[in-house]
Amino acid sequence: MATSEKAEPTRRDFLYIATGAFGAVGAAALAWPFIDQMNPDASALALASIEVDLSSLEEGQSMTAKWRGKPIFIRYRTAKEIEEAKAVDVASLIDPQSDEERTKPGKEHFLVQIGICTHLGCVPLGEAGEYDGWFCPCHGSHYDTAGRIRKGPAPLNLELPPYDFISDTVIKIG
Amino acid sequence: MSGHSTFQPQNGIVKWMERRLPIIGLAHSSFVAYPVPKNLNYWWTFGGILAFCLMAQIITGIVLVMHYAPNTAIAFASVEHIMRDVNWGWMLRYLHANGASMFFIAVYIHIMRGLYYGSYKEPREVVWILGVVIFLLMMATGFMGYVLPWGQMSFWGATVITNLFSAFPIVGDPIVELLWGGFAVDNPTLNRFFSLHYLLPFMLAAIVGLHIWAFHEAGNNNPTGVEPKDAQDTVAFTPYYTIKDLYAIVLFMIFFVWMAFMVPNFLGHPDNYIPADPLVTPAHIVPEWYFLPFYAILRAVPDKLGGVLLMFGAIAVLFVLPWLDTSKVRSNTYRPLGKQFFWIFVFVCIALGYLGAKPAEGGYVIASRIATVWYFAHFLVILPVLGLIEKPKPLPNSISEAVLAKKGGSAAAAE
Repeated sequence: MATSEKAEPTRRDFLYIATGAFGAVGAAALAWPFIDQMNPDASALALASIEVDLSSLEEGQSMTAKWRGKPIFIRYRTAKEIEEAKAVDVASLIDPQSDEERTKPGKEHFLVQIGICTHLGCVPLGEAGEYDGWFCPCHGSHYDTAGRIRKGPAPLNLELPPYDFISDTVIKIG
Repeated sequence: MSGHSTFQPQNGIVKWMERRLPIIGLAHSSFVAYPVPKNLNYWWTFGGILAFCLMAQIITGIVLVMHYAPNTAIAFASVEHIMRDVNWGWMLRYLHANGASMFFIAVYIHIMRGLYYGSYKEPREVVWILGVVIFLLMMATGFMGYVLPWGQMSFWGATVITNLFSAFPIVGDPIVELLWGGFAVDNPTLNRFFSLHYLLPFMLAAIVGLHIWAFHEAGNNNPTGVEPKDAQDTVAFTPYYTIKDLYAIVLFMIFFVWMAFMVPNFLGHPDNYIPADPLVTPAHIVPEWYFLPFYAILRAVPDKLGGVLLMFGAIAVLFVLPWLDTSKVRSNTYRPLGKQFFWIFVFVCIALGYLGAKPAEGGYVIASRIATVWYFAHFLVILPVLGLIEKPKPLPNSISEAVLAKKGGSAAAAE
């Protein structure tokens, strides 16, 4: 076929491509609801904020709340724990963060964090590990008294949920 | 059937694959080069429409299962959760619920097309029998799906239909308890119905595969009922019938989405939005519309066992239809009497559907009995006798001749 001709596009070519394109857009529009149905639904989104009363916590006690299906560790830290957390050289940490950055001003004795190991999602054990904080038994990650990763495979400090004190002893998470 | 191109791969990868697993060649010979009589009308597109319906039901169904809970305590609430909370859940459920009705509309048209054009006759008996099996599985699947929302109609529909089996002497009650997993329709029943409702569509898909295989072996029937004689009588499936089927599917989808979006509850029953109550039966209980003709037959018989037997018999008779119809001519186009009796039969079926929705009293019962007798007489008396006494019109020599005769009567000019 040495003498191939370049034919002008015909009306038929145009209709053919336009129909195909229209069909492709329609198929994509139809596919979206079948994908989007897997996203969090209205009932899941409705649970996106909770209030927790901390008044029953004494110094040295912890509690666990559930927010969006995840455990929230709330600890009333002892003076010794706070001192330990502040004594660390921030620059030496794997995920450098000061103790002040991990608490609310004036409420430094309360540490509120998402109780999920940043390695692969297990729930760490409290008051355990080599740094008096949390220890994840799954793969051996050690967190300190401010919930910062100190040793082990986890890459980041325990995540902090968005929260605020709405009174002296009540916090709103989410 | 042979003719048209055979698959000759040019691409190296396709060639490599063809030597090992000739799946592309199989698809090519089944859906591209496959020769189809060139005179198929739009009634033939319902096969493709049904394939679309099955796929739509499986896809929407799999997605609904991601949100539904088959437990009597929460099944009803989980359906409401789908309707109110789940993203697009209302649309997915309405598409699935109306999709079942669309499936039955299409299958009834498909069956009637087969009856009119004699598509069940030699050598397509197995195609037809597999089709009846598909129809039965569809009915079982549709029935069990209707139970899942666990509303009043779900519960009492399940109770009534399972109780059909109690009509059989001695074995009846043990069978019913086996079906229920207890002494009434309850959680075990819901669980197994859910399991089977998920399983049966895949069995359906497998039998659809056999159905297609079987008619690809015999070749499509066509409106003349005359087998293709040469390549002049056929065209390749692609592009001619892929595009025609696709066009029909798009038209069908317009009707489908109109139902699902504009009148989604038109074919449903308001009572099914009341949670199931095992202590109170709704005043009027009717099955889904697609069961109504059979329901009318059940109620036409003043005897429990007799009614159940006739109802099952109404479907069983379809299995032996290829051997009941004695006419040598396939298509009713060339059967002056067969054509008239066909339309009477269609009317009788629609009448049975209408009567099934009416209360079982007075004139409705009498009409149901007449229609039931006619239904069975059509298969057991009319079709066997008609083939012997009817004088069919002359058949065309070929499909091409019939087509040309229709388009201006210049059949002779083409030769």
